Amino acid sequence: MTEEVLTQVHPLEPALRTERLPHIWCVGCGLGVALGAFASTILENKFDLDKLAVISGIGCTGRMAGYLKVDSFHTTHGRAIPFATGLHLAKPEMKVVVFSGDGDIFGIGGNHFIHAARRNLNITVICVNNFIYGMTGGQVAPTTPLGANTTTTALGNYEYSFNIPLLAAAAGATYVARWTVLDIIKLRKSIQEALNKKGFSLIEIISPCPTLYGRLNRMAAGVEMMKFLKEHSVFKKDAKLEDAAITDGNQIITGKFLDLEKPTYLEMYESSVGAKIKQMKYEKMLAEEESCQEC
Amino acid sequence: MKEDPIIASGAHFMSGNEACAEGALAAGCRFFAGYPITPSTEIAEHLAERLPEIGGIFIQMEDEMAALNAVLGATWGGFKGMTATSGPGFSLMMENIGLAVMTETPCVIVDVQRGGPSTGLATKVAQGDMMQAKWGSHGSYEIIALSPSSPQEFFWQTIKAFNLAEEFRTPVIILADEVVGHMSEKVIFPSPDRLVIKNRKLSRLTPAEYHPFQVNGNGIPEMVKAGDGYRIHVTGSTHDYRGYPFMTAEAQANLIPRLVNKIRDRKDELIDAEEKDCEGSEVVVCAYGITARTSYYAIEKARESGIRVGQLKLNVVWPFPEKVIKKWASQVKAIIVPELNMGQMVLEVERSAGGKCKVVSVPHPGGDIHRPEEILEAIKKSIK
Repeated sequence: MTEEVLTQVHPLEPALRTERLPHIWCVGCGLGVALGAFASTILENKFDLDKLAVISGIGCTGRMAGYLKVDSFHTTHGRAIPFATGLHLAKPEMKVVVFSGDGDIFGIGGNHFIHAARRNLNITVICVNNFIYGMTGGQVAPTTPLGANTTTTALGNYEYSFNIPLLAAAAGATYVARWTVLDIIKLRKSIQEALNKKGFSLIEIISPCPTLYGRLNRMAAGVEMMKFLKEHSVFKKDAKLEDAAITDGNQIITGKFLDLEKPTYLEMYESSVGAKIKQMKYEKMLAEEESCQEC
Repeated sequence: MKEDPIIASGAHFMSGNEACAEGALAAGCRFFAGYPITPSTEIAEHLAERLPEIGGIFIQMEDEMAALNAVLGATWGGFKGMTATSGPGFSLMMENIGLAVMTETPCVIVDVQRGGPSTGLATKVAQGDMMQAKWGSHGSYEIIALSPSSPQEFFWQTIKAFNLAEEFRTPVIILADEVVGHMSEKVIFPSPDRLVIKNRKLSRLTPAEYHPFQVNGNGIPEMVKAGDGYRIHVTGSTHDYRGYPFMTAEAQANLIPRLVNKIRDRKDELIDAEEKDCEGSEVVVCAYGITARTSYYAIEKARESGIRVGQLKLNVVWPFPEKVIKKWASQVKAIIVPELNMGQMVLEVERSAGGKCKVVSVPHPGGDIHRPEEILEAIKKSIK
C-alpha cells in the first residue's frame, strides 16, 4: 500500500509561477501584497487566466509579470504600455494589464502613459508607487515627496512630485483609484472594478520600501513604514483629484477618484473608420452589381 | 485570372515608399505602428489608408520607441507587424530592436535614410545608418539588413524581410534611402501564385509540454500566440528555455551564442551580392541602395574607355558577404566603395579583402547622390 502524502496547496497557486518562488523582493516590501491582491482577485472573480496578459517594464515592480501564471511580458524600461497597446489591439478579447512601478510608468514611460489614457485604450494600468527607484538603489523618483532623502537628493528632495490620479484623469482615463497596501479589501475590489471597466483604468498602489526609502528616511523596519502609511493615509469616499497630491508625504488621500463612461479607442474606431469602410464596401458591391447587369 | 484582393497584380507607377507598403501587405503584414518622420512618412500614410479596409490595424504612436514596442506586442498577439522611420526615429528604436532580438520577436523595421547626425538634412538622402543598423543596440547580437535600390526592389525586399523575420524569429531591417523612397517608377506586382510567403512556426505542443525558448535543431524556437492558453513568460532579461530570467554567466552563455549563431551559421544562405561583369575585370565597384544605381553610369563610362570594370551590388548588407569580397579581392586590382556616408561599409570591404587588393572609399556626406564622375575618377585612379 502506498503512503498517502498530504500536501497543502496555496490558494493562489493557480495564478502563480510557483517554480519561480521565492520572489526577489525584500522583507517588508509591499510588492508581495500587491501581487497577492491581484492574484486573489483574478482567481476569486474567476477571470479566464488564458485570456489575461500582464505586461511589466523594468524595476522591482517590473518583476511582477514574471510571477503571474498568465501570458506575461517583461519589456524594456518604461515601454510596457506601448507593448500592451499592440497586444490589446491584436487581441481585443484579452484583458491586458500593465503592472509596473512609479519610476517606470511615470518617469521614463510618462509620455506613453498619458497617450494611452488619452486614447482611452481598454487596458488596466496598476502602478506600484514606493516613492523611489528601488532596483537601482534608492534614487529620487518623479513621485518622491518633498524633503525626502534619496541617494541622489542627499540633502532632501526639492523637486515637486506628480499628482498621479490628477494626471491620469486629465489625460483621459475613465477609472482612477489609489490605495495603500494596507487597504487590501478596497484594493481587491478596485482591481476587480478596473479589470471589468470598459476603458483606460489606473490604480495607484502606495507601497512601503523599507530597504531604501525607509532606511533613508528613518523608517528602516517594514513595520515602521506600514505604520507610517497607516497614520498618514486618509480614505475619502468622494476623494477629489486636486487633493490627491502627495506633497511632503504627510497626507496620502486614498479612494476612487474617477469612474466614468466614455467610448474606448476601439469603439471610436469602429464607429468612425469602421462604419466608413463598411459603407465603402457596400457601395463598391452595388457598383459591381450594376456593372454586371449592364453587361 | 482572379484578382488578388490584397495587392493588385500588374504594372503600377508608384514611389518606393508606396511599393514598400504594398510589399508589406503582400507579405501578410496586418499591423503597422509608426510615428511621422520625413522621408518615410508615405509608408505610414499609405498603410493608414490600406490596412483598415483589409481588416488590419494602423496606429500612430507617440514616438518611435512606442511604435516598435506596439509592433512587438501585436506580434505576440499573432500579427505580422512593421514600423517605418528615418535616422532620428531609428536612433530611438535601438532600445527595442534589442528587445526584439532578445525575445526573438519577428518584425520588420524600415529605415528610409536621410542626412545626419541629429536632425541633419531631414529631407535629403544619405546612407549614414549602415553601421548603426548592425551595432546600434547594446550588447552582442546579429542582425539581418537589406538594401533596395529601386521601388521594385523595395517591394520585393519588404516581402523578403518579412519572410526572413518569420523564419529566423528576429527583427529584419530594410536600409532604404530618401531617393529610393521618394522616386516613382514602374513597379510590377506579381500574381498571387508567384508570391512565396513564410510564416512563423507555431508550436503544436500542449501548454504542459511547451517551453517558449526550447530550441530544436536549427536553434530557432517555435512560437505561440498570447491568449491561446500557453501562459508564456517573455523577457528582455537573460533567460532560460522557459523564458524565466536567470542572472548568471551560464544562462548568458546558453542564450547569447545561440541568438548570434542562428544567423551566423546560415550566413551563406542569407547573403545576396549581385555580381555583374566581375569575371575578368580589373576593378569592381561595390555599392548598395541608390549608390549602386549611381555607379552604373560610371561603370559604363569606364568600360567605354577600356577599363574592365565589374559591379558588386549588395542586396543584403548584413550579414556582410565576406567570402564574396574575399574572392574578388584576389582577382582584381581594386574595389571601389562609393557610399553616401563618410566611409562605413568600406571598412567591412577592407576587412574582407584582407590586403589582397586596393580598397578605395568614395565617401559623400549626403544631401544628394554622387556625381558619377566622382566614381569614374576613383576607378581611373585606382588602376594607375
